[in-house]
Amino acid sequence: MSTAKRTNDVTQVLHLTQPYISPSTTPSGSARRISRRWRFTLTEGLSRLLAGLVLATAVFYVVGFTAWTTWISFTDSTLLPDYTFVGFKHYARLLGSRVFQVAYGNLVIYGVGFIVGAAAIGLLLAVLIDLKIRAENALRTIYLYPMALSFVVTGTVWAWLLNPDIGIENFVRGLGWVNFRFDWLIDTDFAIYAVVIAAVWQASGFAMALLLAGLRSLDGDIYKAAQIDGASPARMYLKIMVPAIWPIVVSVLVILLQIAIKTYDLVRALTAGGPGIATTLPTNVVYDYMFQRGEMGAGAAAAVMLLLSLLLVILPYALFQRFQKRKQYRHD
Amino acid sequence: MIDARALAPLRAALGSRIAIYALLLVFALFYLTPMMVVVLNSFRSFEEITRSSVLGFPTALRTDNWVQAWGTYCIAGACSGIKPYMWNSLMIVVPATLLSTLFGAMNGYVLSLWRFRGSNIIFGVITFGVFLPAQMKLVPWAIVLRDMGLSNSISGLVLVHVIQGLAFTTLFCRNYYLNVPQDLIKAAKIDGAGFLQIFWRIILPLSPPILIVTIIWQFTGIWNEFLYGITFSEGSQRPVTAALMALSANIAQAREYGIESAAVLIAALPTLLVYLLGGKYFVRGLTAGAVK
Repeated sequence: MSTAKRTNDVTQVLHLTQPYISPSTTPSGSARRISRRWRFTLTEGLSRLLAGLVLATAVFYVVGFTAWTTWISFTDSTLLPDYTFVGFKHYARLLGSRVFQVAYGNLVIYGVGFIVGAAAIGLLLAVLIDLKIRAENALRTIYLYPMALSFVVTGTVWAWLLNPDIGIENFVRGLGWVNFRFDWLIDTDFAIYAVVIAAVWQASGFAMALLLAGLRSLDGDIYKAAQIDGASPARMYLKIMVPAIWPIVVSVLVILLQIAIKTYDLVRALTAGGPGIATTLPTNVVYDYMFQRGEMGAGAAAAVMLLLSLLLVILPYALFQRFQKRKQYRHD
Repeated sequence: MIDARALAPLRAALGSRIAIYALLLVFALFYLTPMMVVVLNSFRSFEEITRSSVLGFPTALRTDNWVQAWGTYCIAGACSGIKPYMWNSLMIVVPATLLSTLFGAMNGYVLSLWRFRGSNIIFGVITFGVFLPAQMKLVPWAIVLRDMGLSNSISGLVLVHVIQGLAFTTLFCRNYYLNVPQDLIKAAKIDGAGFLQIFWRIILPLSPPILIVTIIWQFTGIWNEFLYGITFSEGSQRPVTAALMALSANIAQAREYGIESAAVLIAALPTLLVYLLGGKYFVRGLTAGAVK
């Protein structure tokens, strides 16, 4: 039964990637209905113009807005843009400022904790579900539903659970363990791990879904071959299955990493960057400069550095993707 | 594909099935606890919660938290509950989802079936927009919206989300339309069909599978979006995520966890429903963007 479902999944995926073409959709003779040639040319020109405009907007949005913000980062803009060039002034000041250094330190701790946590839990769950278990659909739904929520909701609810006065600490003490402590949220050294917990809760199901899709795309023969080898199951998954779906593993890591770098609302809802600046991330610094302190130039510089740190990840990944594709092409 | 017999020794070696299910259930509990906490608290009174903790069962089935959260609770000075903000979000999400999907489909159509010199570079640039952090766009948007007279308005946020969405919708649709045979377009052109005619009569009828994915993706993303919402709107114009934040940041009065729980649930309901009803497509959207 499970095998039948699997095949069904495959056809559904095929259906998604290969549109079904019904013969009746070809417009035979519809052109005759358009009588006048000039009208046809006019609508044709206008519709292409419209499509060109939409396309140009999408391109300008990426290139133009990036260039605009970069330009502002080299100016002394405060509440309003002011286009006098001041060079790398804001960059130098930011790099030397404590809040900026703390924010990037936090990003490293949070990023590593979040990516390793979400990927490891995601892989574990994907492997367990891959072992042909019952109630697979129900479990998958439960593991993945946090992805449908906003970070604001996640942050709000975890703020209650991790708040020692009202959350888990108080609850466990009420059960009798009166010395139980779980106050990471208000501890300067541990608050960032509280953010990790909430973020892992939100995104690990998503890692599970992607990795499971990868495992399911593997040929059944690979399982048999692994068994003939006499490898233990844990070893089998680590040494054979995971390398076989390596491109997906890399995709998952990159997606998680860019979620980590972009994280903003979760921190605002969960800790508001505190205690002090213990959980402030680079994204919060950007917003703080731009809209709290009214230093648009410095905020823009912080945003550009955020983009640069993202590029540090995306560029190698893009090259890797290219390499993979070329390899695949050669094999075909 | 994997036959059950081949897996049998494997299962045995991994320990009993019970251990596997126990582990799966522990994780199920981890994912479900926050949701259960919110649901249960939405029926508990202020005293019940503050006397113990947010983890507990309600003593009676009270609905006044829901009534207050929906219509009368004060958020940032306005005592209208969460209702007007839900309405704002709806007014933003519906047009923005439909327009960004339509324009994305059109972009995908041009970039896959009307290729021109440089179209792959243009596609690359648009795809890069998927990774571009929102912080890079806040200042230009602030200036553009001000100059267009759209600051602090629902239409302004619709515009932001339509254009912001183009990167994803173009990516999804372009990759999907790559599999439409070029010959179909050639045949239609010979028959005298124009650019838009081919789009409406041939391409869109082939598109429902990808459009469902795109619409669910956009709906969830826009409904849950916070940063643009908080930056480009104030007071009564705010979307529901921004209102939720204002509600929990309310330091003037004691925290009403029960009312907040009801508000959180109301705000999360649309995307949760979309996920439960269209979950299959939701997963497909997640994987389509990534595994490719």
